[in-house]
Amino acid sequence: MEKGKVLYVNGNEAVVEGAIAAGCRFYAGYPITPSSEIAEEMSKRLPAVGGMYVQGEDELASINMIVGASMAGAKAMTATSGPGYSLMQEGLGLAIATETPIVIVDVMRAGPSTGIASKAWQGDIMQARFGSHSDYEIISLYASSVQEAFDLTVEAFNLAETYMTPVILLSDGVLARMRERLYVRGQNELSIVNRKKPTESPESYMPYKRGEDYIPIIANFGEGYFVLRDSLTHDERGYYYERPDVQAKFVLGLTEKIRRNAGKIYRWEEAYTDDAEVLFVASGVMGRIASVMVREARAEGKKWGIFRPISIWPFPEDALRRAARNASKVITIEMSVGKLIYPVKWSLRDGQDVSVLPWLSYEPPSPDDLLNLLEVKA
Amino acid sequence: MMEITLQHPLERYIRSEKMPTTWCPGCGIGTIVQSFLKAVDELGLDPKDLVMISGIGCTGRVPHYLRFDGAHVLHGRAIPVALGVKLANPKLKVVVWGGDGDIASIGGNHLIHAARRNADLTVIMVNNFIYGLTGGQVAPTTPKETVTYTSPYNPDSKPFDMVKLVAAAGATYVARWSTAYPVLLKESIKKALNHKGFSFIEVISQCPEIFGRINGFREPYDLYLKIKKIGQIRRGISPFDAKYDWNEEISLGEFVNREEPTYLEQLEEIKRKARGEKA
Repeated sequence: MEKGKVLYVNGNEAVVEGAIAAGCRFYAGYPITPSSEIAEEMSKRLPAVGGMYVQGEDELASINMIVGASMAGAKAMTATSGPGYSLMQEGLGLAIATETPIVIVDVMRAGPSTGIASKAWQGDIMQARFGSHSDYEIISLYASSVQEAFDLTVEAFNLAETYMTPVILLSDGVLARMRERLYVRGQNELSIVNRKKPTESPESYMPYKRGEDYIPIIANFGEGYFVLRDSLTHDERGYYYERPDVQAKFVLGLTEKIRRNAGKIYRWEEAYTDDAEVLFVASGVMGRIASVMVREARAEGKKWGIFRPISIWPFPEDALRRAARNASKVITIEMSVGKLIYPVKWSLRDGQDVSVLPWLSYEPPSPDDLLNLLEVKA
Repeated sequence: MMEITLQHPLERYIRSEKMPTTWCPGCGIGTIVQSFLKAVDELGLDPKDLVMISGIGCTGRVPHYLRFDGAHVLHGRAIPVALGVKLANPKLKVVVWGGDGDIASIGGNHLIHAARRNADLTVIMVNNFIYGLTGGQVAPTTPKETVTYTSPYNPDSKPFDMVKLVAAAGATYVARWSTAYPVLLKESIKKALNHKGFSFIEVISQCPEIFGRINGFREPYDLYLKIKKIGQIRRGISPFDAKYDWNEEISLGEFVNREEPTYLEQLEEIKRKARGEKA
């Protein structure tokens, strides 16, 4: 049994450690800055633990390979950045429709389009939620430290296997390169989730039948259940029918399995929110810097609070509402013109003052830089 | 009175509850599927060990009707899904079904890379010269002398000869047949299923409802006869001497059949290196 160990690594390397600890044994990806280091590490590490690394001919191939590997029972992942993540949207839709657990890491970089390859941005928050077409719900986690990159990678696999869904793990160009202490938890310190297996006979088994928790139990290929995984609208048997009731049940199944379980998926961190008159909301790299800014402001007597959503999707709406109950102002701090501000607005009551403090440099600010920007804004 | 139940000898491989199929009367896909199921039956393969993967198109519907594990995935992406399945569970025999639009056009990049890798897959590409499911648009396989609804003045450029393309990309088994030779096709499928590495079979097939209708073939039989006439079996010729000519000849036969390390074998070799073991 693998014991815990201390490493000094960056966010990309922490993702690799987390994936291997979670049981990931199949990786397919296409090189793209600033995520390529994940692929490089995987190509070295996976074969040594009995896994497989494939460099796909493009991002389309890569995401479809991990979908296939997962259908055959493997825990599989890919990593990319904005331009590659855009290409993966159709494969993401396939994983959603066929309810195939995979993990996609998006190390966000400056954009749109090719943008600046090696520099961070927080522009993919909405794409993580709405990037693929039509109706679905998604789980997306955003790490802000090297330790969290490890822990959330393990969580991402656990959530994918639990809810039979793709999970988007967000990182950014700062976290990718930032080195700090990582405690790699030993196998006895981790709880690892593996997807459920059917117990019925193949004759009565229906792969897309939902129980009370709304999550289907889908047999892997090769287990004798003769399952059909269809990208077309399908019924409980997995069979395509062009009928309004089948379509309605199909999209409700995909959305309700996340909505009904959202309470178990929400993750966030908050500080000084009990009496906060100004509540800052920030995630990832900006969440971390904003936390320091708020702590220092508290020392000077300012009644500020900080709320850092970790599960960006589903967004922890109730928790934010509670944290903002005494706030006359809610301000998101983002390395973009404003993305997080949308779910924040959706969560809060009408008329509450919500605005964004956009940090439009790819170089991360110091807490003082943020204070200066706030004064300019005020 | 004795009750007599009649069952087709291949019915155990069919999801009968999904019948009837969406395929038009006179379509060639049924003939090809029958050749495939006979091949599976004669090889005595356990249905549990077979997986059918397909993209979008008329041929993409094949997994719907076959009682094996299967996935009907995105347009063009059947090959990478199939490769993922195979690598995650190497004991499975993974078969990709696709039309010429799915495999040769939108999925073309995946096809050549699967051939280059010698991926342990069998690809059956049904070539009916046209996009059938979407109603009759030009394909990269449409002969210059024919028309479609998006090439009413003939195609703007010459077609791919998939035998040459896939052979040049490094495939270790390449064959082309037509619906006029279901027995030879069955024998070829048996070889492909037992082939180590990447096997590719193109099957020239009639689409009477759309391609035939647009091009003046009044009956399915007329188009079938045309395909039968131009399909010439050639033995022992290089894939690069094969012809793909609507007026003269579409060469049929087995063009490549050789052994090379497969993709799985190469990945196993990498595992040994990573663990510091000797080959």
